[in-house]
Amino acid sequence: MNPCQFDDARRGFLKKSASLAVLYFTPSVLVKTFAADAIVPMPIAKEKLQFILNGKSVSFEIDARTTVLNLLREQIGYTGTKKGCEMGQCGACTIHVNGKRLKSCTQLALNHQNNQITTIEGLAKGDQLHPMQAAFLKHDAFQCGYCTSGQIMSAVACVREGKAGSRASIQAYMDTNICRCGAYQNIVDAIDEVAKSGAKI
Amino acid sequence: MNNMHFDENNTNYFKLDFADERVDGADKVTGKAKYTAEYNMSNMAYAVFVTSTIAKGTIKNIDTAKALASPGVLDVIYYANCPSVPGYIKNEWRGHKVLYDNQVRFFGQPIALIVADSLENANAAIRLVRAEYESQAFETNFDLARKDATKLKGTVAYKRGIENKFKEAPVFVEAEYAIPAEVHLPMEMHATIEFWEGEDKVTLYDKTQGPKSTQSTVARTFGLSDKNVRVIAENVGGGFGSGLRSWANVPAAVMASKKLNRPVKLVLTRPQMFTLVGYRPQSWQKIGIGADASGRFVGITHEAISGTSRYEDFREGIVNVSKFLYACDNVDTKYSMLPLDLSTPVWMRGPGEATGSYGLESAIDELSYKLKMDPIELRIKNFTTVNPENKLPFSDINLKDCYAYGKDKIGWKNRPTVPGSLKENGMLIGYGMANGVFGAGKGAATVRALLNQEGKLTLECAVSDMGPGTTTSMTKIAASAMQMPIEKVKFKLGDSDLPPGPSQGGSGTTSTVGSAVDLACTTLKQNLKDLAIKYAPAFATLKSDALEVKNEMVVALADANIKIAIVDLLQFIPDKKIDLTIASSGKTAEQLKFTSNSFSSHYVKVAVNPKDGTIKILQVVTTGDAGKIISPKTARSQMIGGVVGGIGMALTEQLEMDHQSGQIINASFGAYHVPLHSQIPPTDVWFVDKPDVNMNSIGAKGIGEIALIGFAAAVSNAVYNATGIRVRDLPITPAKLGFKAKV
Repeated sequence: MNPCQFDDARRGFLKKSASLAVLYFTPSVLVKTFAADAIVPMPIAKEKLQFILNGKSVSFEIDARTTVLNLLREQIGYTGTKKGCEMGQCGACTIHVNGKRLKSCTQLALNHQNNQITTIEGLAKGDQLHPMQAAFLKHDAFQCGYCTSGQIMSAVACVREGKAGSRASIQAYMDTNICRCGAYQNIVDAIDEVAKSGAKI
Repeated sequence: MNNMHFDENNTNYFKLDFADERVDGADKVTGKAKYTAEYNMSNMAYAVFVTSTIAKGTIKNIDTAKALASPGVLDVIYYANCPSVPGYIKNEWRGHKVLYDNQVRFFGQPIALIVADSLENANAAIRLVRAEYESQAFETNFDLARKDATKLKGTVAYKRGIENKFKEAPVFVEAEYAIPAEVHLPMEMHATIEFWEGEDKVTLYDKTQGPKSTQSTVARTFGLSDKNVRVIAENVGGGFGSGLRSWANVPAAVMASKKLNRPVKLVLTRPQMFTLVGYRPQSWQKIGIGADASGRFVGITHEAISGTSRYEDFREGIVNVSKFLYACDNVDTKYSMLPLDLSTPVWMRGPGEATGSYGLESAIDELSYKLKMDPIELRIKNFTTVNPENKLPFSDINLKDCYAYGKDKIGWKNRPTVPGSLKENGMLIGYGMANGVFGAGKGAATVRALLNQEGKLTLECAVSDMGPGTTTSMTKIAASAMQMPIEKVKFKLGDSDLPPGPSQGGSGTTSTVGSAVDLACTTLKQNLKDLAIKYAPAFATLKSDALEVKNEMVVALADANIKIAIVDLLQFIPDKKIDLTIASSGKTAEQLKFTSNSFSSHYVKVAVNPKDGTIKILQVVTTGDAGKIISPKTARSQMIGGVVGGIGMALTEQLEMDHQSGQIINASFGAYHVPLHSQIPPTDVWFVDKPDVNMNSIGAKGIGEIALIGFAAAVSNAVYNATGIRVRDLPITPAKLGFKAKV
């Protein structure tokens, strides 16, 4: 479903969360009539959430403030998606939502009702690696492996979106994903090979 | 050459045609590899730090009432209510005593720890904690403070020959070089999950480069015996030095778990990665170097100052490289620390040698222009096979091979001798090179080897693997030594319960742990030969030196038909397995007759846009002289990683501070610029790949540091060659090249 089309459940959430937003999400300049620490938060009601995770329908009751990243890592136990900054700056948390790549640390989970979410755990078919995973392994496109999930999710999107036509184009698309070990050259080699192979990914 | 310690023909080292992928690679590309923060346990609480908003002073009061009333908050721990920490009282904990006293020593220091039943509830309570401070005057400005000699401490001087001799040389250069503070920023944030089992036993999942070192720190800090502290670091998402010691998150998590009697997870935020887990200290160097008309060095004078914190001394080996890499009779150096009101720095990749090599290799480049001599020829002119500092021969040095390869591959013949005179496609083109060097050590390590009745070999050592591929290298060393399929060998690490091994740092892991693995395999092979002679009738009359172990069999050297499979041999012994633990020590007396180093030589081609001063690195050739390369694929990755780190150091990385408040103001990936995909040029990696037979039994030396050391100077030298402008303070920016931003 298109995440821009709000269904009733989502609208309900937005109404309920409007007051919470003052507490948690509004820049301090907008609430300077009262000191931020003068208010003690009220208990947060659990909200219902359902989406498709790696092809399976899953549902939860979650704290409205939970990000997709923290839901995956802390509650579902899908720790393949990595936390690198929680500011949308490093790309370690990249997942696919309805086929598009997205940084899951910046996304409130409740905004993803009924969405199709794919994580690194959803790429391989059993023991058979996805072609991009196999190419990363072959080209040693990582060292510590921590940014790797995000790099691979972005890399798959890069090829699918037709942005892998040249090394420069791959590099520009992949600038969203930091690798501090510096495996960049090998990552581009891996993406280039998968793109040129013409494999349907 | 001396070949007495390494008989390649006998052992067939590294001749097997292994698949070259990382043995743990599949887990990393599928997301299965678990890092510290990824262990969840029942009843686990989440902890977050509240940090100081002043740089120095006393906390007069902390109001925690509102935070405690916030939903899900279990406790707020701070100096007034923290549990007793024996090691704080006895000063056995290094660093500031987190949550223990009311002193603020740097901006962003943890002053309280919120523990809640969920991460969301913990984060929501941060702003509810209010601290009142009494501020004190502080100093964070390195550039200003270093000019006052009374503020320096720990000065160490060295002299060989005559001081300041360079000034008497017919040609000399004297220049100052500066490097800002830089931050490690591994992609995995530092984290600790901690739980107690009873009164005196704790387990930690911790992001550390040394499980044994963290075990010892926690044991001393909390008055426990080592055996009752278990530290697990199965996968480490980078480190570059930040994991070489325990930081505030470790005692904080241990205290919180003790106080609340439940497991506690504490993960630092990315901004806290800039303030709480060390950094490469800001530094200043002055180098004087002189040569006679033929290019022979007459004298080198190297002075350096680097920052440390007010509460701990952190020294860097900045001037060391000037003492020994090149032949020179007159060398004097001086190094001092400058305490500032910041957190304590820690070794960052290449550590002091990376800083010092930037200075020395830049100064040599400057001298080459004054001499009108090719900078590679100048280095060859001063090449030495004997370390001039300790007078011992280098165990092996092949820098001249690196020069030949690098010159050819980068296209050195196209390098303009007059800077700023070559243009391609409207861009100013320049070529630069520089060397790197780092000590090659071999320390103590213990390895357990377990050969089970299926003929599978498991080796264990409490070292860690932060990314270089230690698991892969050790597996390869064992499979080579045993002449057995790599699939049947498993190397376990990252757990302090395993036999003791070193912290992963200082480029010493492959040499130290690899030597122990090799020794364990040698012992294992001897055991197998002895078993064959004892139990297998066909071997009864043979001596063990007439046998070999290969292809999972014991075989007679003289007659390949006399053989027995290892799995059959194991049936003869009651346990049906061999389980041995072998300790390998440091260098032998024979190995100590040499001085051992790894060397690198880097080549860079840059383009500088004459309109706006933007710098693009077009091509890199990097060469390593580090003995036998155990695992070519992962070694190459380490070298290209060093290049990427070096590009950041040369062109973009700089920790920025507001000296009015003492606050670091670019504590995010958005503001502190590490290299990205599109900044990385095609990089060619080459190794000499020759066993250093005087170093250890496996002939291998480390490459983690030399991959980076010297690289920033190669870039700087190339930029000068392109523009004729010498920038002597990193990072090299268009503004420093004299270009003003267009508004």
